[in-house]
Amino acid sequence: MNYPDNFRYTKEHEWVSVDGDVGTVGITSHAQSELGDIVYVDLPAPGTAMKAGDTLGSVESVKAVSDIYSPISGEVLEVNDTLKDAPEKLNEDPHGTAWLVKIRLTTPSEMNGLMDSAGYLAYVGT
Amino acid sequence: MSESAELRKTPLNEVHRATGARMVDFGGWDMPVQYSGILDEHNAVRTAVGLFDVSHMGEIEVRGPEALALIQFVTTNNAARLQRGQVQYSGLLYEHGGFVDDILVHKVNDDEFFICVNASNQDKDFEHIRSHNRWNCTVENAGSRYAQLAIQGPRALATLQKLTRVDLSAIRYYWFTDGEVSSEPARIARTGYTGEDGFEIYVTPERAVARWHELIDAGRENGIKPIGLGARNTLRLEAKMALYGHEIDASITPLEADLAWIVKFDKGEFTGKAALERQQSEGVKRKLVGFEMRGRGIARDGYEVRLNGSPAGWVTSGGPAPALNRNIGLCYLPAEHARAGVAIDILVRNQPVEAVTVPTPFYKRAR
Repeated sequence: MNYPDNFRYTKEHEWVSVDGDVGTVGITSHAQSELGDIVYVDLPAPGTAMKAGDTLGSVESVKAVSDIYSPISGEVLEVNDTLKDAPEKLNEDPHGTAWLVKIRLTTPSEMNGLMDSAGYLAYVGT
Repeated sequence: MSESAELRKTPLNEVHRATGARMVDFGGWDMPVQYSGILDEHNAVRTAVGLFDVSHMGEIEVRGPEALALIQFVTTNNAARLQRGQVQYSGLLYEHGGFVDDILVHKVNDDEFFICVNASNQDKDFEHIRSHNRWNCTVENAGSRYAQLAIQGPRALATLQKLTRVDLSAIRYYWFTDGEVSSEPARIARTGYTGEDGFEIYVTPERAVARWHELIDAGRENGIKPIGLGARNTLRLEAKMALYGHEIDASITPLEADLAWIVKFDKGEFTGKAALERQQSEGVKRKLVGFEMRGRGIARDGYEVRLNGSPAGWVTSGGPAPALNRNIGLCYLPAEHARAGVAIDILVRNQPVEAVTVPTPFYKRAR
């Protein structure tokens, strides 16, 4: 699985990719692999204000539920509604079409505290 | 890594790791939770055949001229009705009526019974049975002498039949025979924990790896897959089979757990009988009932159940039902509400989500 160099990663296994002042957030391939078959995704409503570290939503595999934390502060602009009916896309394309939310960043400097791809891969030990 | 060194391993541990299984600590055992994925494995058992290593399960043997008397005293079902080669689902109860364990009693002979028990309960079960042994029986904690493999699914018989001269179609459901697999001794029982047809075989641990590979090879043309504990749980939940520590434990009686059918009050004395009679005369206050989610959300073990907005019970097992494409669960509710068609809410991460009680089992195989 490709871990793009322009993404930044969290210890809780989220990724964020920034374009202008909008960050796209997802979970990493490592996270989806650890979870197994994902059967349910719960995401916030557009307009929700998030602080970095807040619970952004949850993903559930057949066996368990896991929280997703927002890597960055800002306002939720858009939610990937296709995951509602096709949560399995998170297993298939976690770094691409199965993004979770887009957030308008209020504190872009938070990005500096996140890991780059090499740092994340070292962190998960691959 | 000292913790994992203490985990108990089945004879197939290396095989699971080589197959790429994800391993978990299951009640002190290092066990495969999944191989190809829980949904894929679940589907394989429902439509083809799956192979499970369940060697962590315990076996207890009771022998002696009065073996039946001891079995009758420590179990709830009526073992006197068993014929040689027959299997019976039963309960081991404390005096207060709660479960020590749920078990399968196999009658090998008039003076010999073979009991299959839950992995994490086997030592406790053994001590419990031995403490009531007033009949001078030999009671042996025999788990280390057996490996157990389960072959489950509509193609289970076709798969196992390739490896044995025993006529498997002649073994009825909940019967067993002492025969051979690959010309080596095996106890072959037509039992399982999936809601499908299938077999559980007990073999010597030294030959478990050989049997595993032979079964995988024999089942290849039938689409066999190795199945982990994850799919074992979704399969048994769809079939509404109890799991110790969830539907039943020391605080739950069979009358509450919808298992009154394994309690035979007319068979004579047994541990827990007085407590169950008292509970029955006073009225059973809570009962296990199945439900399915109506709103978006998945119920999980331990979640609160509400009736008309008030706390009324708890979820014992919950999750997706892969064969049914619904989210299901089992829960305890006040007995007067423990019937199909009752609107309830499951508190999913502090949000009430609508659900409705339904008849069980959720899944029943076509015959």
